[in-house]
Amino acid sequence: MIAIVDLGIGNLANVRKALGGVITSDPYEIERADKIVLPGVGNFGAVMKRLEPLKGTILDAINEGKPFLGICLGMQLLFEWSEESEGKGLEVFKGNVVKFKGVRVPHIGWNQVFPAKECPLFEGIKNGSYFYFVHSYYVNPQDKEVIAAITDYESKGNKVVFPSAVCKDNVFGVQFHPEKSSKNGLKLLENFRRL
Amino acid sequence: MLAKRIIAALDIKEGRVVKGIKFQNIRDAGDPIELAKRYEEEGIDEIVFLDITASYEKRQILLDLVKRIAEEIYVPFTVGGGIKSVEEIREIIKSGADKVFLNTAAVDNPTLISEVAKVVGSANLVIAIDAKWNGKFWEVYTHGGRKARGIDAVEWAKEVECLGAGEILLTSMDTDGTQEGFDIPLTKAIVEAVDIPVIASGGAGSPEHFYDAFEIGASAALAASIFHYGKYTVRELKEYLARRGVNVRLE
Repeated sequence: MIAIVDLGIGNLANVRKALGGVITSDPYEIERADKIVLPGVGNFGAVMKRLEPLKGTILDAINEGKPFLGICLGMQLLFEWSEESEGKGLEVFKGNVVKFKGVRVPHIGWNQVFPAKECPLFEGIKNGSYFYFVHSYYVNPQDKEVIAAITDYESKGNKVVFPSAVCKDNVFGVQFHPEKSSKNGLKLLENFRRL
Repeated sequence: MLAKRIIAALDIKEGRVVKGIKFQNIRDAGDPIELAKRYEEEGIDEIVFLDITASYEKRQILLDLVKRIAEEIYVPFTVGGGIKSVEEIREIIKSGADKVFLNTAAVDNPTLISEVAKVVGSANLVIAIDAKWNGKFWEVYTHGGRKARGIDAVEWAKEVECLGAGEILLTSMDTDGTQEGFDIPLTKAIVEAVDIPVIASGGAGSPEHFYDAFEIGASAALAASIFHYGKYTVRELKEYLARRGVNVRLE
């Protein structure tokens, strides 16, 4: 069973439809799940506060080796801290979350994702495929080895290359929204489901 | 590279698509889900649902529809039309819409923009601007284009950006419905005035028109009839744009 962590923001109906599983904020249900998805919309600090009661359960599951997928803010929460607000993240990965500078913000729309290493999430997905993004911050991992894919965002004559996916062992994070990325997104979710 | 977006617009009344739809192989052209699915299949990047249901009492129908769309459609979608309060917006987003757009209510009460931006985030808030050239400047209209407001659209665009709008959906009333092309001077003026993405709307009749809008810096272009009547499929349009060097999502 896949637990899709519900933090009361946004609708997760199509994540559930694509993955199966249950939408839940019940720690016991999350504990029993064999995979966890953490979608995220909103402010880093505010969402982390809502996540606080589930933090231990989620970290235990990650340490037990259960596959974990963070989407958008859910990926950013894997890191230590964010420029967006005070407070700590889940600190699974070292590094922080920074704001885009010199380009139009937010970065909205379909952009290309280029894998930076082997990662089972991208199996069967073409190099440079388009995924849907909407965000103003991106992750800055200390250990560059965790970067699974990169994306470049060019606007106003400036270009920012940022990590659009991370993965290490059983922990995955994507900055884009697979549940809004049509066929490629469904393929990626299917890859996660089959892990 | 970030792709230029092609957006399809659907007018909804009491949960059904209105405006002529001449698709073949669609069992029920009035069903928004069926039409949205077809657009998604063809490669549309985003869908805008404009609710023209007149009575507030029938809003629940819209919320039920939004829930169904959220479950069935795997591309982002925006919902708007007659929205007046933060509460309504919260409900629409909670039902699964990715973004909402405001028009009249934002002009009547600009502080609503910052209130909404705080609640749902700028990235999920689109401000729709309907404008018409009055001989001196592009004037903002509200109430579905029925009421001139004496406001300069370029100034208004800058103001909504400051207040927290994430995008501008710009419709030219001079070109809307003509199928003779987007209003390039207006679109260019707005694109140059703001940093947030601008969606060109009104007047699309051929693939060249989209090319023209992207050339002057529109981030996205929206059309209704050109797709509804099957004049061009989304895929044909994107293939044309790709051939002319525009970065579009084609797969």
